[in-house]
Amino acid sequence: MIPISWYLAVAAVLFTIGTVTVFVKRNAIAMLLGIEVMLNAANLTLVTFSSYFRELAGQIMVFFVMVVAAAEAAVGLAIVILLFRHRETLNVDEAQALRL
Amino acid sequence: MERALFLIFAVTAIGAALNVLLRRHPLHSALALLVMLGALTGFYVLLGAYFLAVIQVVIYAGAILVLFLFVIMLLNVRAEEARIERRPYVRWLAVPFAALLGAEIIYLVRVFEENPSPSGTSVGVTEAVGRELLTTYLLPFELTSILILIAVLGAVVLARRERR
Amino acid sequence: MGLIVEAVLKIVVVFGVVLTFLAYLALFERKILGWIQLRYGPNRVGPWGLLQPLADLLKFLFKEDVRPTTPNPILFSLAPILSLVPALMTYAVIPFGDRIELFGREITLYITSLNVGVLYLFALSGLGVYGIVIAGWASNSKYSLLGGLRSAAQMISYELALTLSVVGVLIQAGSLDLVEIVRAQSGTYFGIIPKWHAFWYQPLGFLLFFIAAVAETNRVPFDLPEAETELVAGYHTEYSATKFAMFYVAEYANILAVSALATTLFLGGWNGPGVERVPLLGVFYFGAKTAVFLFIYIWLRATLPRFRYDQLMRFGWKVLLPLAFANIVFSSVMALVA
Repeated sequence: MIPISWYLAVAAVLFTIGTVTVFVKRNAIAMLLGIEVMLNAANLTLVTFSSYFRELAGQIMVFFVMVVAAAEAAVGLAIVILLFRHRETLNVDEAQALRL
Repeated sequence: MERALFLIFAVTAIGAALNVLLRRHPLHSALALLVMLGALTGFYVLLGAYFLAVIQVVIYAGAILVLFLFVIMLLNVRAEEARIERRPYVRWLAVPFAALLGAEIIYLVRVFEENPSPSGTSVGVTEAVGRELLTTYLLPFELTSILILIAVLGAVVLARRERR
Repeated sequence: MGLIVEAVLKIVVVFGVVLTFLAYLALFERKILGWIQLRYGPNRVGPWGLLQPLADLLKFLFKEDVRPTTPNPILFSLAPILSLVPALMTYAVIPFGDRIELFGREITLYITSLNVGVLYLFALSGLGVYGIVIAGWASNSKYSLLGGLRSAAQMISYELALTLSVVGVLIQAGSLDLVEIVRAQSGTYFGIIPKWHAFWYQPLGFLLFFIAAVAETNRVPFDLPEAETELVAGYHTEYSATKFAMFYVAEYANILAVSALATTLFLGGWNGPGVERVPLLGVFYFGAKTAVFLFIYIWLRATLPRFRYDQLMRFGWKVLLPLAFANIVFSSVMALVA
């Protein structure tokens, strides 16, 4: 039997790595990937609790988190495409001014 | 047996997440994320959430990541170049925060020592999830479909080329 | 322990049979194409050309592996594997027959019976896109990249129509398990007409599934991304020898898997007269029905011209997808009424 804390520990480490990715990376797409890592770590926590406490609500919530992640990825990538079209760069450090 | 599988999936997931962080080309990061999604699918199956495991592959790996790959390839993204850190003092924050993370994990292990075990039938079969989605959680279900519609419209409008 | 041995044996048998059959499928395609075009296909190597797959295999193994200069040699070598593995994984859930008695144990004629079987297949078809996209990118050539992106866009567009066309079957059979879906199609009405989904309430779904499947496997008339007169050879332009062989095998594996799925979901799988008494007949019926679909695939290749890319995408999104939704509504109504 695997203790619940092992799953939670893995999820915590994954979440941290995702957060660090968002902080460290300067490429807009890489930051979006970091956000996806964080969302997946949260999903893992939810599913762990749902399974160990035998509550279906956790898995329903994961379903909705996935849907929202899909919507967010689509719109986020559309914004990244627009950013690239206007500034020719994906480096967020060079996109700090509101006007070009 | 279960512990061996858990260990394999855990090492794969954390290694892949580290690759997402450490790779310089966003394409390699995206592929590392794909590996991480695979490891998470393994976790979900171990936890008995069969429907979610397959949905994870279908939606996350099969749709969202493909979208990422398309954008990376269409925009011809280059690898990041090494830069000089402009704020070198930030690295000294790493050790305290890592210690904080370690302390939190140890706290988790302590709190959940008398943990309930997920033995017996799993709660994640498709029929149960579907029934809950369409009865108790019907309103959020319909709202998310509207959300997806808004997202699709938004993405199409945002990324469209101006027609003269 | 016995369970693991049984599973491993089944996997070995299924893979052995499938891979051999795929090699001969390539030969049969060339023969049948030849006959439709009023010529013999390959008939030099061995009687009736039956050793041709062996000759092809030797050729592929001994050819020089030409590598383009690419900044991603690992991805370049990885892409054919990413294409082949999901294609072969689909055979784990396809039911070839019902239970038989062998050496005193009851053995089921399928490797496994997942309770999310149909979703597992959708997941694998989604993963099939990666091999193509990565092959297009890692080849470091504009033809490959364009071909790969076009092919991937086509695959994800038709994937929607494919999965939605199956939802009608799921509503009717009430299960995601492929074995249960086949069992729901056993028996006949009036002693003659079988209870297959293709006749009872899912003819539209059947048609949509097959059309979407042809598009999904990049076959004529939807094979613009890899047609020789178009983008050279699309995403596998730069591949040679073993890696190209893997793409080739992956394509045929997809075709066979989709044909097997069409029989399982719509034509009753292993059902047929006399299967209850002689379960091994089920394998024969399954093979015969699948062979019909394979023949239709080859027939389409010999006769139809190919779609232009914008016609292809328009067809997928504006024709197949609304029809698939209509099919779902129809199936729901029939499930309430009948």
